[in-house]
Amino acid sequence: MIDILAPLKFKPTRNYSLTGPERQRALDDGLANAEWYQTPIDRKVLKELMKRKDGPALRDTAIWLGLLVATGAGGVYFWGTWWALPFFVVYGVLYGTSSDSRWHESLHGTPFRTDWMNNWLYNLASFMQIWNPVIWRWSHMRHHTDTTVVGRDPEIGTMRPPQMILMALNLIGLTSVPRNLMTLSRHALGRFTPDERDFTPAAELPKAANVARIHMAIHLTVWLSCLYWWTLLPALLIGLPRAYGVWFLLFIGLPQHAGLAEDVLDHRLNSRTILLPAPVRFLYWNMNYHVEHHMFPMVPYHALPRLHAAIRHDCPRAKGWWETWVQLLPVMIRQVRDHKYYIHQQLPPGAGAPKSGPRALH
Amino acid sequence: MPLTPATALDDVDGDDVIRWDHGGRTSAIYRTKGDAVFAADGLCTHEHVHLADGLLQGHLIEYPKHNGRFDIRHGAPKRAPDRVALKTYPARVVAGRIEIDVPE
Repeated sequence: MIDILAPLKFKPTRNYSLTGPERQRALDDGLANAEWYQTPIDRKVLKELMKRKDGPALRDTAIWLGLLVATGAGGVYFWGTWWALPFFVVYGVLYGTSSDSRWHESLHGTPFRTDWMNNWLYNLASFMQIWNPVIWRWSHMRHHTDTTVVGRDPEIGTMRPPQMILMALNLIGLTSVPRNLMTLSRHALGRFTPDERDFTPAAELPKAANVARIHMAIHLTVWLSCLYWWTLLPALLIGLPRAYGVWFLLFIGLPQHAGLAEDVLDHRLNSRTILLPAPVRFLYWNMNYHVEHHMFPMVPYHALPRLHAAIRHDCPRAKGWWETWVQLLPVMIRQVRDHKYYIHQQLPPGAGAPKSGPRALH
Repeated sequence: MPLTPATALDDVDGDDVIRWDHGGRTSAIYRTKGDAVFAADGLCTHEHVHLADGLLQGHLIEYPKHNGRFDIRHGAPKRAPDRVALKTYPARVVAGRIEIDVPE
């Protein structure tokens, strides 16, 4: 009998668990907490790039929140007519796509010089993402320590073989949003998976449970408001945009690591920089400069274009969005059948020797 | 008690940090804008990341990968993910050289 649900069942070929056999292999092979390749850069230049300012992020956050309010108000004003649609399309992208980069940058504490502003934005964007801010902070630290090291990195977004149908469903958050809500509910009950316990200190778990309870209370209030007034409008403004507005994020964010090497100690080989036009870089807060971000995570988003210019001689040629997907999509389709296949990033002549690591054949 | 001579003061820029390896131990030596010097263990207490690759802002050292922060005066953690204090060592400047009281 043909199992028609087989493509939906998640069966990664390798064991991506943080508590499974790959964890020990990563430790044995020296891939955990390892020294990574860094492009040599003059210390004074780097210090200048790392310098913190409040101005750019205050300006960009005001524009972002202003656009959210304006498009949300437009959607409410025209609610019940087709004119509401374009407002919600833009509102959804500003909410469901842009909150990802705001979450990410503020987690690193780099957008603002004044740290409470970083923490404020981090908590807001985490809520918009339907992510637990405590758990995801620790998860992302591990992602930076052991980027795409199988058995160590909890944020490998495209495990092999790629789950193409799941990715297609998640263009409108069909599985990711229910999963995020279920995860938050589980945290609110004080339950954490072995993987979460692996990268989060035990002392942080009560805090994670409390934050989850607050977030879930807000989501429940929104849904009860929908029932009380018998309209979808409150959920279209809070919560659901993470579903109907996330599609753009997949197009610009999935190439960060997809189709590239696992288990290497060189971000030039497992991360990808793509070139995007300025309006899209505003939506994404320059996270398209992903090799640069991973190699030097202390450089704020507004300085990443300058960092790109300073180190591109040592990195794979950055492609545009279309050229990236023309290369990437066939590779992902091939990986469905051949999970060992991946893109070997080509370094330019004169670049530093790649640091492939002992498991580069995977 | 004699301190261990580490490096010339001029080897460390103002408002910056350098790595100093000695006796199987790796440390970080700091020089603030006001030319005060401090010394502490070189690796963050969260994971294996060297603080000398970080950014000194006032008395706070922020280090790569995790963007955690420590106060270099007493080693207190000031930003997640760090929760355990950094070990610090007395440091002083004598005749243009930085001396540190590190265990041998």
